[in-house]
Amino acid sequence: MASSIRVRAVENNGVTSLKALVRHPMDSGFVKDSAGNVIPAHFIKVLTISHNGKNVFVANWGPAVSKDPFLECRFKGAKKGDELTISWIDNEGASDSTTATIA
Amino acid sequence: MLGVSVAGFALGSGIVPLRVEAATAPDASDWPEKAFKTPGVDETIAELYGMEATESDQITMDLPTIAQNGAVVPVSVETSLPNVTGIALLVAKNPNALAAYFDIPEGTLPFVSNRLKMAETTDVVAVVISDGKAYKATQNVKVTVGGCGG
Repeated sequence: MASSIRVRAVENNGVTSLKALVRHPMDSGFVKDSAGNVIPAHFIKVLTISHNGKNVFVANWGPAVSKDPFLECRFKGAKKGDELTISWIDNEGASDSTTATIA
Repeated sequence: MLGVSVAGFALGSGIVPLRVEAATAPDASDWPEKAFKTPGVDETIAELYGMEATESDQITMDLPTIAQNGAVVPVSVETSLPNVTGIALLVAKNPNALAAYFDIPEGTLPFVSNRLKMAETTDVVAVVISDGKAYKATQNVKVTVGGCGG
């Protein structure tokens, strides 16, 4: 299966700018389906971005983050060609992880 | 309970669980369950950080003043405050105010861009932890179609 995570990271003047898009329903638990049944909450709780084994960014998300969440962040200390690891885990314990090379 | 039943199933059927959760999966045990289930901005900030936030004009928020679709409201936050360790995004009138909060380790710039759901027209509050103190900025967003359904 293709990864649920799409990442683009670009280094410029010592600052790496990262954009990530994750495919996930992010159900809030407040929405009903067409039959009137509540769709249970299903959302990513934690997404981490790490470089050389160290977290450079940690997002703690609740169900109010939009479907197919988007994240942009910036950090120093990485250079072109370095590898980043992006991982998430949701409230049902499912998880995914991918790596990206800084351009 | 779940863990016990899963282990029992694996033993009973002789199946070894193929994936004992990849080592790269983040740890969600620190996820602040209570803060994410608290209505109201001030109550949530108190629950999350144990203090009150003071207004700051050094926090820049970039978000639409009118959102046509409350399901996807892009919000960016940037600050010139020093030694930032965390940024939180709250939506005042959502069922639970806290939408997201971010750990900013040393070397990471105090900037984040994210997309949030908004139930109705209300204030979006950005809370920044700088030098161990909490600061906040607020911007109202008019929502024409709510994002939480129902």
